[in-house]
Amino acid sequence: MDNQAKIKAENINFFYGKAQALKDINLGMHANEVTAIIGPSGCGKSTFIRILNLMYELIPNARLSGRIFLDGENILGSNIDPVDIRKRVGMVFQKPNPFPKSIFENISYGLEVNGIRDKNFIEEKVIESLKKAALWGEVKGRLRDSALRLSGGQQQRLCIARCLAVEPEVILFDEPCASLDPISTGKIEELILELKKYYTIVIVTHNMQQAARVSDKTAFFLLGELVEIGNTKEMFTAPKDKKTEAYITGRFG
Amino acid sequence: MERHFDDELQLLHKDILKMGALAQEAIYKSVEALKIRDKSAAEEVIKGDSEIDRLEVDIDEKCIDLIARHQPLASDLRFITTGMKVNSELERIADLAVDISQRVLELADKPLLKPLIDIPKLSTVSQDMVRDAIDSFIKKDAGLAKKVVLSDSEADKLRNYVQNELVNDYMAKDASTADRAVPLLLVARHLERICDHATNIAEDVVYMVEARIIKHHTEKLE
Repeated sequence: MDNQAKIKAENINFFYGKAQALKDINLGMHANEVTAIIGPSGCGKSTFIRILNLMYELIPNARLSGRIFLDGENILGSNIDPVDIRKRVGMVFQKPNPFPKSIFENISYGLEVNGIRDKNFIEEKVIESLKKAALWGEVKGRLRDSALRLSGGQQQRLCIARCLAVEPEVILFDEPCASLDPISTGKIEELILELKKYYTIVIVTHNMQQAARVSDKTAFFLLGELVEIGNTKEMFTAPKDKKTEAYITGRFG
Repeated sequence: MERHFDDELQLLHKDILKMGALAQEAIYKSVEALKIRDKSAAEEVIKGDSEIDRLEVDIDEKCIDLIARHQPLASDLRFITTGMKVNSELERIADLAVDISQRVLELADKPLLKPLIDIPKLSTVSQDMVRDAIDSFIKKDAGLAKKVVLSDSEADKLRNYVQNELVNDYMAKDASTADRAVPLLLVARHLERICDHATNIAEDVVYMVEARIIKHHTEKLE
């Protein structure tokens, strides 16, 4: 097993009712690296990252076995506070989902629910998060405007800023560019490459070239199984498994 | 799943096959022209090179287009990038056949310096290597490609024989033989370079098939 991993899945099995969505997944994701998860729809990749920040708990009839280690501690243990884990393991979704509030409040909200009252601290944190998310230059004069007036790409970066404000250690991206144009996609990809200097990043994507551009490691999921994990460079030039080869060259199905 | 992309790859494959056939024909004709001192055959090779040049550009454009539109990965990527490299190697091989033909024109009107022994042997080795290199690409046969890589030392050996003989037995003894010895020396050099290009093709084929770079490391052959 991979003991250097920041976050690590060990023998993960997951069921939606009787249907098994994940079969014995063992996968470690490292700090300061981007791990891409690819695979056809329904292969379990989104389910997998939802387990990493305990969001599976919200799914009715779900059953999970196995262990998830964050810094060596099993976060599936009974003494773990899921809210605390979701702060440490943030998630950015396919569709930008800003709150119907101002740009400023979208970021300050997370801090306030965490009990922070110091206004100067909050303001500093909002600015810092917007800067880290490469959005500050575009919104600095209009922090009180509604977040819903931002473009899709800006909204997505705002969601990233919101996630960064609570100081996560791991950031999960679930198809973050699926609804964005190529320019916004390029900005998010640049941002991911910048953020990996500070965080552990996991990205689920259907875009093979995106996985090839931004990730260090790529994992291929198929029918709930992890078929292959390897260095991205090798996965896209010379994958070891025939199923991976068939999928990434579009011969699949 | 059937892909339209496969039809396009098949067309590229066909073009490279044609390029290989033209390059092989150019070597064969130039070597035969040397053997029978046939100026018109040599001129035909020189003239025919423009068709090969055109095809080289066509193939390059096809590869660039496929990369731009399909962003190929894995075995598709290795096939197209190898195809591009094989294409330039074949074009260089055809250029060397032109060089040999020019030597034929220089020699044709002069009396034969000596009966040709090692040069025909070297030309057989070079033609075999080019044929096998192209075959290994077409059949995706890494074993055959490795055989080509290993044959290169035979070509170097024959080139050295020719060089030693022409320099020591002719030019060193009688400087007036130089105008006939130097073109022959160059022919041996051109043939040996053809073998080097065949070796490059074979090394690229090993990468295409096995995703291993063996270039400059023949110890990685096994």
